[in-house]
Amino acid sequence: MHPAYSVIFFTTASGAGYGLLILAAIFAVGGLLPATGLLGLVLVGLALALIGGGLLSSTFHLGRPERAVNALSQWRTSWLSREGVLAIATFLPAGLFAVGWVFLGKTTGFFGWMGVAAALLAVLTVFSTSMIYASLTTIPQWNLATVPMAYLALGLMSGAVLLAFVTRLFGVHGTAVDVVAIAAILIGWGVKTAYWTAIDGRLPESDLGSATGLGRFGAVRILEQPHTEANFLMHEMGYRVARKHARRLRSLAHVGLFALPLLFVVAGLFAPEVTATAMAAGAVLALVVGLLTERWLFFAEARHDCMIWYGR
Amino acid sequence: MTSLPAIRPEKRLGLAIDLDTCVGCHACATNCKEWNTGGISGPLTDVNAYEAEQQGVWFNRVFTYEVGGEGPNARTVHFPKNCLHCETPACVTVCPTGASYKRSEDGIVLVDHDRCIGCKLCSWACPYGAREYDEVVGVMKKCTLCVDKIYNENLPEEDRVPACVAACPSKARHFGDFADPNSTVSKLTAERGGYDLMPEKGYRPTSKYLPPRPGRRSAAPVSAAGEPGLEGAGRFLKWVDRILSR
Ligand code: SF4
Ligand code: SF4
Repeated sequence: MHPAYSVIFFTTASGAGYGLLILAAIFAVGGLLPATGLLGLVLVGLALALIGGGLLSSTFHLGRPERAVNALSQWRTSWLSREGVLAIATFLPAGLFAVGWVFLGKTTGFFGWMGVAAALLAVLTVFSTSMIYASLTTIPQWNLATVPMAYLALGLMSGAVLLAFVTRLFGVHGTAVDVVAIAAILIGWGVKTAYWTAIDGRLPESDLGSATGLGRFGAVRILEQPHTEANFLMHEMGYRVARKHARRLRSLAHVGLFALPLLFVVAGLFAPEVTATAMAAGAVLALVVGLLTERWLFFAEARHDCMIWYGR
Repeated sequence: MTSLPAIRPEKRLGLAIDLDTCVGCHACATNCKEWNTGGISGPLTDVNAYEAEQQGVWFNRVFTYEVGGEGPNARTVHFPKNCLHCETPACVTVCPTGASYKRSEDGIVLVDHDRCIGCKLCSWACPYGAREYDEVVGVMKKCTLCVDKIYNENLPEEDRVPACVAACPSKARHFGDFADPNSTVSKLTAERGGYDLMPEKGYRPTSKYLPPRPGRRSAAPVSAAGEPGLEGAGRFLKWVDRILSR
């Protein structure tokens, strides 16, 4: 599948934003973060900016963005519609939670409940995003249980790494953040490794012989394409990344997304405060590179069944 | 509404496509473009129409496959493909806007171009590659089974068939109601072993493909000994006889 930059940015940024929102809410409501206005502003503000920026960029790949509101209507059947509805619904409790934290210095009681509601809706939103891909039986590399697991794990992981950095900056850091970050990185790493193993071992369900129904007469091979030049389908679904490049990029994702952030977070536990903050920043940088690589691969390695007709 | 019809449509309109007789002339694809660019889906825009990297909206595309390698059983099969108007298509249910829908009266799958936001998700959900994004207009388009032609009372009755069917010079495309067991398409499907494409996807395509008839080329010479009346006939007469005795 064609790796569109707007969609890569959207899924990574909003995933990280939701992850940060979930963890900031849980930590604040659980009394693990002080209810100081500036901290609330930076944490919830950053989360909502990532979410909002991601949602905005997702409209860039639409042919008619001015009609985007139509997409909220079909939540009964469509995961894309559900995602839109949930994303917007999350802003309400998240906004109230932010008001309580930033302006009233309160993260308990009513505002605490708003934080909990925002966290729950955020989980559902990320799940819906992942199901847009995982529900497509036409793309074997997406139609897997590890896809929603990876979206949730990587979202939480990104949120944890961001939370660790911001809390260190503010000098309100506690080990609980690191414990969550380490656990999230390990889970994410495990899920993504399982995912890559699964797609490498997955045999295609259909081939040209079975698709055309002509396999019973012998081997089937494409002789003439329907057109001399590539069409919309081939541009959109026919993207292919060389195996060699995919391997290299996977290694980059292993290092940038998992190994380096894990190293920085663990080392930060034993380092003096200033070094630990620098390391937390390093973890964020590695995460950005790793996450973009991972998401690019998620699209580039996905092969759509409709390309079978074109003999590829 | 992107929910599928609650009950199976009373009529199930579709095509039976004969892979035995298709000659790969692309007349169906051309006439499809001609009708639909001026119909409810029009214009079917082209980009770079007169230069390299041209690309345009076509509802029907004709593939050509080689089957059976290079030996005596090798054959060329021309394979036209357009929307199969599936009975349980995810291209409809994934649509977030309600632009994609399946008609409950005849099972035709359509896009409401005024609602579509051009998210292209429906094209991702179609395993047959039957959806066509119009990048100039910014909306998804697709085969309508010439819904603006088959019900068009301004046309003489015999012209109320999809443009591809009307154009086919070798009668490889048959249009009709698969819910009616006595329709031509139902009978052809039963007689010829018409089949579904990619049944494993579970989309239950309405349109069927009629397989090429097997082994004609390796069959024994037609005018075998004992068959009277053709000795001394010219090649033309032998050919006529062969056609007539099919
Ligand atoms: S062929 Fe493709 S576009 Fe047509 S109904 Fe089936 S899934 Fe939808
Ligand atoms: S491109 Fe249009 S018809 Fe297709 S899923 Fe999106 S809104 Fe629906």
